[in-house]
Amino acid sequence: MAEPAVRRAQRRRTPTSTWPIHLVLGVAAVVMVVPFVWQLLTVFKTTSEVSRVPPTIWPNEFSAHAFETFFSTVPFWSMFAVSVGALVLRVAGQVAVAALAGYAFARMSFPGRDALFGLFIAMLMVPSQLFLIGQYQLIRDLGMLDTLPALAIPGLFSAFGTFLMRQAFLNLPKDFEEAARLDGANPFQIFWYVMLPMVKPMLAALTVLTGLYSWNDLLWPLIVSPSGENRPLPVGLAGLQGQFGTDYPTLMAGALVCSIPLVIVFLVLQRQFFRGIANSGLKG
Amino acid sequence: MTNVTAKPARRPAGRRAGGTQPSGWWAVAFVAPATAGLIALYVWPFLSTLVKSFQDVPAFGPATFVGAGNYANLLGDAEVWKAFGNSALYTVIVLLGIPLAVALAALIEQAGRGRTIYRVLFFLPVVTLPVAIGMVWRFIYNGDFGLLNYVLSWFGVDGQYWVADPRFTIYAFGVVGIWMGLGINLIILGAGLQAIPKAVYEASALDGAGRIRQFFRITVPLLSPSIFFVTILTVIAALQMFDLIFIMLRSVNNTALADSKTIVYLFYEKAFVQFEQGYGAAIAIVLLIVIMIATALQFRLQKSWVFYG
Repeated sequence: MAEPAVRRAQRRRTPTSTWPIHLVLGVAAVVMVVPFVWQLLTVFKTTSEVSRVPPTIWPNEFSAHAFETFFSTVPFWSMFAVSVGALVLRVAGQVAVAALAGYAFARMSFPGRDALFGLFIAMLMVPSQLFLIGQYQLIRDLGMLDTLPALAIPGLFSAFGTFLMRQAFLNLPKDFEEAARLDGANPFQIFWYVMLPMVKPMLAALTVLTGLYSWNDLLWPLIVSPSGENRPLPVGLAGLQGQFGTDYPTLMAGALVCSIPLVIVFLVLQRQFFRGIANSGLKG
Repeated sequence: MTNVTAKPARRPAGRRAGGTQPSGWWAVAFVAPATAGLIALYVWPFLSTLVKSFQDVPAFGPATFVGAGNYANLLGDAEVWKAFGNSALYTVIVLLGIPLAVALAALIEQAGRGRTIYRVLFFLPVVTLPVAIGMVWRFIYNGDFGLLNYVLSWFGVDGQYWVADPRFTIYAFGVVGIWMGLGINLIILGAGLQAIPKAVYEASALDGAGRIRQFFRITVPLLSPSIFFVTILTVIAALQMFDLIFIMLRSVNNTALADSKTIVYLFYEKAFVQFEQGYGAAIAIVLLIVIMIATALQFRLQKSWVFYG
């Protein structure tokens, strides 16, 4: 009875048996990347070639016209600089603020701690749109519409980030702090030299998640850059689409050029991306 | 600010509550930036949205209280009902991507070599600007010379104006939503899969269970906490869909926009285009209530299908 089952189980373990899996996954992966491939092919076509029916798959001749139009009409580098600036500001600020608060919530005792943490958790559960009107008002009243800091300011503070950092610090053993304290280190020194290095994976995770969010965000930048100055890439791209509604090669070129930087960062740091998502996923 | 400043004195090192440090002013310094930001940029705006939802807020001039007026208008506003219907439909479609993600995650887990390549490929939409994604798909969906209609023509299916005909827009968005969300779901589900002990599979293989049977009898039940988590995240994100509709319809003045608005799009339009912030605030509050109900409902339902081993 057990004999054939064992043999079957062993057979299933042989390397050849994974080919159906690769077949299914391969087909799925192809479907997944078709939009990108189509985008890449379109970029090199002319506007008239793109509107042909049936469509040509391979470009008749490789034209750089789309890139020329894109770079001559869109201030790509200044948009890019705004996107990067907002991202750096937001990530650095949020990681610092959240790590400090997360550490205090996890490792210090002070009156009202649990109630205050409850307030963070409560805000964590509210969808972000509920804050937009008030945040906009604050930025406007401070005279900061259309400025770079306006893009980053709300994101400097994050209930989610604080929560993640608290979780990370909660999981650390107590002995290190104890030893450092006996050596005369003050709480900030303990935090900075002893505890923070131990939560590096979570710092990386938070960096990746916040960076991704900052880079991709459309709604907030749309609201706080009404005049069009200091626009990050998503807002600028949306504007390009309004301007060149049917010039698909130029639109595809813009979409490609604006997306490439983060894709490259992802390809280099993919482990951090995956771990960041998985960490926040399992612990959120 | 809050009562965190109530106890400045440093307590002696021997007395520690629950193994945490006695901290006093240090703790205040650590939590002050986060708390100040939370109050100024989250708690206060939230309360102000709540208050505004009971007010008529003109673009210029003082606001006046109108009681539940905004909410009453909202209930009688066909545009609002339409937007909630659209968001609900979009959410249901995107949820269909979860079984797909579970199946793909299980396959990737068994793929051995090449796992990373699949993960990277499926993750690409996550690291692509959503605006760019909207632009590429708008081109694919183009009714006259789009790729989708061309591919459908191979099978003798008539092409449609996928994003210009309001009968199809939400479905068209839903497909993109599934495609965009797959990468994140695969990573979370993949982490869940790795937590399932290999011995369980080995034991069931000895008992003669095939792969398909193992998938339904072992993988799905043991993965159900992760599936549940992914479902919660997916529903919350789908109910807040904004980017695709903005980029595929609004930025190009597509006439299908009128019938394709989602809740968050309608909120944006009311609060930040027409500057009817009282009405916009009421829409946002209703969105909060809908998300809370949807989430609570799922926590209720989880008891019947989520298995905590």
